Amino acid sequence: MKAFLSRIFSPLGLVLASALIFGCGGGSSSTPESSQPGSNPVSNVQAITVNAGPDFNYVDGAFTSVTVCAPGSTTNCQTIDGILVDTGSFGLRILSSALTASLPQQTNSSGSPIVECAAFESGITWGPVVAADVKMAGEQASSLPIQIIGSTNFPTVPADCSAQGLPLDDLASLGANGLLGIGQAIQDCGADCASSGPLSLGAYYACPSSGCVDTTEGLAEQVQNPVASFATDNNGLIVELPAVSGAEATVSGSLIFGIGTQSNNGLGSATVFGTDPLGDFTTTYKGTAYLSFLDSGSNAIFFLDTTTTGLPECNDINFLYCPTSPQNISVTNNALPGTNGATAPFAFTVSNADSLLSNVNNAAVNGLAGPGSGMFDFGLPFFFGHNVYVAIDGKSTSGGTGPYSAY
Amino acid sequence: MKFRMLFALGIAIASFALPFAACASLGGDLSSVSDDQTKMQGTLRTTSNNSYNVHEIQALSGIVVREYVSLSGNVFGVAWQGRTHPDLRQVLGASYDQYVQAVQAQRAQRHGHGPLLIQQPGLVLQMGGHMRSLTGRAYLPQSLPAGVRPEEIR
Repeated sequence: MKAFLSRIFSPLGLVLASALIFGCGGGSSSTPESSQPGSNPVSNVQAITVNAGPDFNYVDGAFTSVTVCAPGSTTNCQTIDGILVDTGSFGLRILSSALTASLPQQTNSSGSPIVECAAFESGITWGPVVAADVKMAGEQASSLPIQIIGSTNFPTVPADCSAQGLPLDDLASLGANGLLGIGQAIQDCGADCASSGPLSLGAYYACPSSGCVDTTEGLAEQVQNPVASFATDNNGLIVELPAVSGAEATVSGSLIFGIGTQSNNGLGSATVFGTDPLGDFTTTYKGTAYLSFLDSGSNAIFFLDTTTTGLPECNDINFLYCPTSPQNISVTNNALPGTNGATAPFAFTVSNADSLLSNVNNAAVNGLAGPGSGMFDFGLPFFFGHNVYVAIDGKSTSGGTGPYSAY
Repeated sequence: MKFRMLFALGIAIASFALPFAACASLGGDLSSVSDDQTKMQGTLRTTSNNSYNVHEIQALSGIVVREYVSLSGNVFGVAWQGRTHPDLRQVLGASYDQYVQAVQAQRAQRHGHGPLLIQQPGLVLQMGGHMRSLTGRAYLPQSLPAGVRPEEIR
């Protein structure tokens, strides 16, 4: 046990030491952030793969495997693959149909089970909050609240939940066995849900046998970002994927936990863009600034519309662009006003989605884009060929205190 | 052919839902705005131009909903932003069933996640953003007052 503890704590000590020595200088590219020889850091590299996913039809989704155990157990465990890596949400959610391990239900002080309605852009996930030890690479988040989606224990979605969107409650609608939400925020609702009042409505419910009623949920009890709860390397992460030329069957990459905590997760030459606590910065296109975010869980770059960009929508699928030849789009990415003032040009290519998707065997596709909803949603194609850093809200890193995005 | 079927479907849905239009928002009349305000327990702020009035409801839930009402009193557009989407049955009114069918059709066709975009003869709807920061807008293209551009609904 003592040896185990020293393995955990020695890298942490080094992090603190390096933070003291180097301060928060803002990501100097010449500053090495390395563990000293002889230290034995926790493995922080988690394999990810862009493939068609467990429903065999996903394009531009990065999937990984997550191990969940009943808290404290080493035998009541399960490793679940096909979990979508999602920097646009917060918290781990697993489809009930993919889960065989038995995980304890979270209850309130009256013993009523807690069930959550989580709202996404295109639908909601409904299901109970349970506790799990969540393990990836050598990291562990202990007794973490996670959501089970589509549990048969709570089949009835309350009216004020279903009013927010159609359920994403099975493999066909989710396209994944679960969502690994690892964006900048820690909780999936935050202060709105922690105190009673109308702000908390439509999120967490207490569900005694008599039926579900809206309830408040403390910050520590909310479904939350597993990385923030790791014992080490918990200040953020890096999504690393290779460049993709056109369409490829599959590509492999890594999720690296921690920023500046080990020899493999320094900022290097990446530019830090200050964001709001939810990961939003701004993107300027033709002189107009829009809110923007880096979302590995979106499967294309979704932005503006045909009127503004001149990019035609595809005839058969109006949610993607189909220019006759590849178009280069130039924008400027800016830190959120009031943060670190960073600004840098960025260019990406929009190709014909019909052509890109014509070979159903290709799951990794560069150039996929479509119209958006007034924000720049930089989906997975943004991540090809860029190491994308997500610094968690309030956490100290070698590039300053989160939240920020960097690439 | 596909277009005609969709259009026919749109008419069928619209006529089915017509009896409920009086208590709806999108496609409803001015009284539906105050109905929404009551149901959302919100405060109302109204701005006007030459073509329409904008009724902005700041709901106690933290969601901001803007309803675009023609000078003749017809709600032709709605937009929102907040931690969650608002009650879509309430704000989409008679168009809610069309939205549901369009989402189900699109999910069968789609290969991943992203914003929702519905463009049909009787309804244009966009929903996007990300967890804890969601946005949406919807309008009835056939009901836009003369000279009003869809981009004004935001």
